[in-house]
Amino acid sequence: MSDHDYQPSSKLGKWFNDRLPLLTLSNHLKEYPTPKNLNYWWTFGGILTFCLITQIITGIILGMHYIAHADLAFESVEHIMRDVNYGWLIRYVHANGASMFFLAVYIHIFRALYYGSYKSPREVIWIIGMIIYFLMMATAFMGYVLPWGQMSFWGATVITNLFSAIPLVGESITNWMWGGYAVDNPTLTRFFSLHYLLPFLILGLVILHIWALHVPGNNNPIGIDLKKPSKDTVPFHPYIVIKDLFALLLFLIVFAFFVFYSPNILGHADNYIEANPLVTPAHIVPEWYLLPFYAILRSIPDKLFGVIAMFASIFVLVILPWLDTSKVRSAIFRPIYKQFYWFLVADVIILGYMGAMPAEGTYLVIARVATGYYFIHFLIILPFLGFKEKTLEVPLSIAEPVLGGFPNEAATKDTYNIRKNL
Amino acid sequence: MKKILKLLFVLVLLINFNNQKVMAKNSQELLKVNWSFKSFFGKFDRSSLQRGYQVYNEVCASCHSAKYLSYRNLTEKGGPEFSEAEAKAIASNFEVMDGPDSNGEMFTRPARLSDKFVMPYANEEAAKSANGGAYPPDMSVLVKARKDGANYIYSLLLGYEDPPADIKLDDGVYYNKYMYGNKIKMSAPLSDNLIEYSDGTEATTEQMSKDVVNFLMWAAEPHLEQRHKFGFRVILYLLILSVLVYFSMKKIWSRIESKV
Repeated sequence: MSDHDYQPSSKLGKWFNDRLPLLTLSNHLKEYPTPKNLNYWWTFGGILTFCLITQIITGIILGMHYIAHADLAFESVEHIMRDVNYGWLIRYVHANGASMFFLAVYIHIFRALYYGSYKSPREVIWIIGMIIYFLMMATAFMGYVLPWGQMSFWGATVITNLFSAIPLVGESITNWMWGGYAVDNPTLTRFFSLHYLLPFLILGLVILHIWALHVPGNNNPIGIDLKKPSKDTVPFHPYIVIKDLFALLLFLIVFAFFVFYSPNILGHADNYIEANPLVTPAHIVPEWYLLPFYAILRSIPDKLFGVIAMFASIFVLVILPWLDTSKVRSAIFRPIYKQFYWFLVADVIILGYMGAMPAEGTYLVIARVATGYYFIHFLIILPFLGFKEKTLEVPLSIAEPVLGGFPNEAATKDTYNIRKNL
Repeated sequence: MKKILKLLFVLVLLINFNNQKVMAKNSQELLKVNWSFKSFFGKFDRSSLQRGYQVYNEVCASCHSAKYLSYRNLTEKGGPEFSEAEAKAIASNFEVMDGPDSNGEMFTRPARLSDKFVMPYANEEAAKSANGGAYPPDMSVLVKARKDGANYIYSLLLGYEDPPADIKLDDGVYYNKYMYGNKIKMSAPLSDNLIEYSDGTEATTEQMSKDVVNFLMWAAEPHLEQRHKFGFRVILYLLILSVLVYFSMKKIWSRIESKV
């Protein structure tokens, strides 16, 4: 049913809908034609929405008890853990929720990379997604500073110091950001303020992200354009809703395992030591989800170029729709891209590992090679592959392989392999 | 399936990254204890917590504060669960500064249940000057502030030995094979029968170390038992709900030929 044909059944509904078409919107969300062959990698969009809402709700409650002051922040977190009713639960959900959020966002991003979801006509969805990802990193970083433990303090010191690499004005900018000559109380209070603000910006961008998605509709595992609605699509409700719900429940089991049985395993022990500007921890490491970027930063010997490389590593993702020249979206039909895709996954994992290790000796060499490969993948391999790669034959519709639309045997065999891979 | 395995592989790797903190070259494999608070249904050994408090109070507390604990915590469920009378008696052994009274004077009074644990030193500087320049860390969250904290503190307490011949120690510095850099400014705090347990347990160094680590774990995670209990229920609930939702999903998707 098209959105224009929708009529609320009740008189009141019609009256209201003529003035503010909320019911049309909810009908659109319900009927939204979705490819019926979406696999479980597509459920992470819903999971991410859940993560964002969870972070906002737990965060608002924590904000009621937390005190953003250099002398009181650490104590107020302990107050939450000990004396606030179920404060331990809320804080552990929030802290582990950040990690779960990033786990889900990485799966979501790598799914898009595999199935070419960033390609025309979905470039704007992708770019909004990258802005969300960037804001998520900023939010998570500032959130990690709030407990005012040793890693909070020194992590903030290291990251804010990056801006001092900017020629001429670097130092002034850093001092301006700190609100003084070192990371101190003014830094903490502004980080708290921004940490409260940014999630709502993310929420707004998520709405735009979904809006932009609903214009061309979902990509799908075989990456073809669909006629909508058609035999290839199902209405969002109940088919996709129930599937997303099932996936969310499985995700929550993993989430619950961390919250209830290893709530501190993803954090660093040093953050339970109150911040002390006079004692530097032996190894300053960011949270796991920032480690690949930390590795890129440290693998460049020059500070300024390290910072540039780090931001460039995110920027290449933003312009990815124009770097990947292949007309075929899904890696299923791109045998060579598929190999390089898994190389990239391995490369990012290696970068993450090197980010946790000291930047010296063999670690540094590996980190440099991995950093180099990261850029080679996006800037050289992808543009060339689009011209050189011999892609497999792409079916015309999702239903087609089932209906036996391939007369030639070799193609049928391919189709069989395709089905198996879906 | 292959994909799920790959995902799990990535997950395990990620967790591993965080575990593999870089250790000093001279660091020792920690002694491992089969703590009762580990595992899905892990709980504290109540009498061990009470003994642990005794060790903390009679040995550690002369230098180490535990500033986030209150005397009332000693009576709370999931902790040492002293009776209220016992906890009141414990608290009344300590003097706290209160006031100002109606004349504007500060005064001292015996501690009450609502008071925080009284600190051994007035401030960090006083603590340092009394301990050869080293600050005895606050013990409230100490277990969580060290990697594998429970085993680490247990090992540290038992890790005192004579230094190897090639290591020269200054006055007031001791050799401990589990300490980072092996040099520690705290002399071996425990020795056999240093204290007399009120429940008659033999106070070996191992026993005291174990008891005090149990106590410190509780001090760092006072809601651990509740957390474990909740976790079991939450995960069971999620599992059952997933099964129900799975079959609903199968049923709904059976209306069209495509598989989920």
